[in-house]
Amino acid sequence: MGEAVLLASGEAIAARRRFRVLRKLLHHRSFMIGFIVVAVMVVAALAAPLTGIDPDGMRFRARFRPPQGAFLFGTDQFGRDLLTRTLYGAQLSLWIGLSVAVLSGVFGAAIGVLSAQYRQLDSPLMRVMDALMAAPAILLAIGLGAALGPQTHSVIIALAVAYIPRTARIVRSSALVTRELEFIEAAQVSGASSVRIMFRHLLPNAAGPLLVQSTFVFAYAILAEAALSFLGIGPPPPAPSWGNIIAEGRSYAVQAWWIMLFPGFAISLAALGMNLLGDGLRDVLDPRLKVES
Amino acid sequence: MAAADNTTPLLAVDDLTVRFRTDEGWMTAVDRVSLAVGEGEALGIVGESGSGKSVTALSILRLHAAATTRMPTGRIMYGGRDMLGLSTREMRTIRGGEIAMIFQDPMSSLNPVLTIADQIGESLRLHQGLDQATARRRAVELLELVRIPDAARRVDEYPHRLSGGMRQRVMIAIAIACRPKLLIADEPTTALDVTIQAQILDLLRDLQTELGMSVILITHDMGVIAEFARRVMVMYAGRVVETSPVSALFRRPVHPYTDGLLAAIPKLDVDVRRLPAIPGSIPDPTAVIPGCRYSPRCPIVEETCRREAPELLAAGPEREARCPPRVAALAVERVA
Repeated sequence: MGEAVLLASGEAIAARRRFRVLRKLLHHRSFMIGFIVVAVMVVAALAAPLTGIDPDGMRFRARFRPPQGAFLFGTDQFGRDLLTRTLYGAQLSLWIGLSVAVLSGVFGAAIGVLSAQYRQLDSPLMRVMDALMAAPAILLAIGLGAALGPQTHSVIIALAVAYIPRTARIVRSSALVTRELEFIEAAQVSGASSVRIMFRHLLPNAAGPLLVQSTFVFAYAILAEAALSFLGIGPPPPAPSWGNIIAEGRSYAVQAWWIMLFPGFAISLAALGMNLLGDGLRDVLDPRLKVES
Repeated sequence: MAAADNTTPLLAVDDLTVRFRTDEGWMTAVDRVSLAVGEGEALGIVGESGSGKSVTALSILRLHAAATTRMPTGRIMYGGRDMLGLSTREMRTIRGGEIAMIFQDPMSSLNPVLTIADQIGESLRLHQGLDQATARRRAVELLELVRIPDAARRVDEYPHRLSGGMRQRVMIAIAIACRPKLLIADEPTTALDVTIQAQILDLLRDLQTELGMSVILITHDMGVIAEFARRVMVMYAGRVVETSPVSALFRRPVHPYTDGLLAAIPKLDVDVRRLPAIPGSIPDPTAVIPGCRYSPRCPIVEETCRREAPELLAAGPEREARCPPRVAALAVERVA
């Protein structure tokens, strides 16, 4: 029974390349909503220069303008255009989200698959992961971010380290199941080395859960970046990120509510979009949840 | 051990013992087993689940986890080399290259995320250094060799599109990809239905003759042995209880356990309400049985059987059995 489910899971992944999964995704409502939201945000972020306004350009005569006319999202305490800053902020925030998702995915997958393949590595590696997981991800990131200094790449490193353990656990558990299946023994019988077994057999079979987890990490990272910036250890000003626009607007929250509103809305939307996308991927890649259109 | 032929056998396992670490201590799964397979020969190993037949086969390729396995005695000589002394790298060139293996369950023996071409090609690229295009061409030829229709199209499919019988053919194609000298087939037909079983056995036999391979066929099915092997080895509770040419074994089994196995085969010409079964079950591998391990279930058990562990005794041309009373009775008969 258990084995049948696992086999089916592996087979669902195989079918992906045959476009069946793609077709299912196209018919999956929450995946498509998430995908459209994320796609629109990425396009908007890339289109930021089209506003023709310098995101850091200050206009002291146009401070605290509410959203209207020339300034659709209003201006902040230095008279900078918030629409432009939110769009450029999307570039930075999405970049951080993507980098963290990719880094934690790559390192998490490597650690997970190593500890599943080399049993003597399992205990030391997993105890380190447990130690990292014992602290809440955001606290860990605050600590690391503070130690590395307020820079974009230190935010990325801090968040990646914070999310690696979860990814590693997921890949490890998937690989532990796969390595007991007969085709691993069959590969050994064909003379495949451990390295080959890890990369050609264990990792591709863990691709589904890994992909889903990475989309969630993407969403968490955007939220966490905002939290770090709010605490003053995010990407340094004047570079706009959603988090530090909100952080700078905090002092004027009552008089100029629009400063915090639009980037806050963007963060929620991005997180929602990535989560919907991830949910959709999980539904389609995990055969235990039968969601047929 | 009765030698298969006069020359040195391709594979000679000598006095092999395999022990596994369990929660209750060290358990002996295979106890001083010896066997020999000549070039082009088909050896059958038969026994119940837990008799040590699969463990013996996996030991030949050294596929047991080193941390929980001990092989305190024994040698596994293959082509003049002791396999137990080879390095991991040397073992890898033998696995798949010179000795190949196919397994019981074709449903889980193929990686669901790789195409058939990838999986057949893996072995070819590893051992023969073929590039991808050549490996794919060879894969198509191999699929044709194992009689998969429409091979050129099948080769790019994923395993879930194939039936159990087809998958087992693919497994065979992978196994013979590098022209191994020895093929170990561990219950290759058990998971298949009867008509497919016969096709797979036919295929294996034809390939064996065509490629001149030696084959070790492991099964619990006496019918499969009768069809396929020339010589058979019966295992019980980790020990060899009888080895014999197949025809002689079916004509006149020596060991009472072999009697029991043969009696349990349904006969076409006799109506029985219930097939005769051997009472009891195979002993727990951690249990200590002082005398003959079959004595608790044996219908002809004698007092000495319970006390002294019997040795394998010569019981005729190319025959040995681990049952002193029966062997003695046979000898008396021959003199008379």
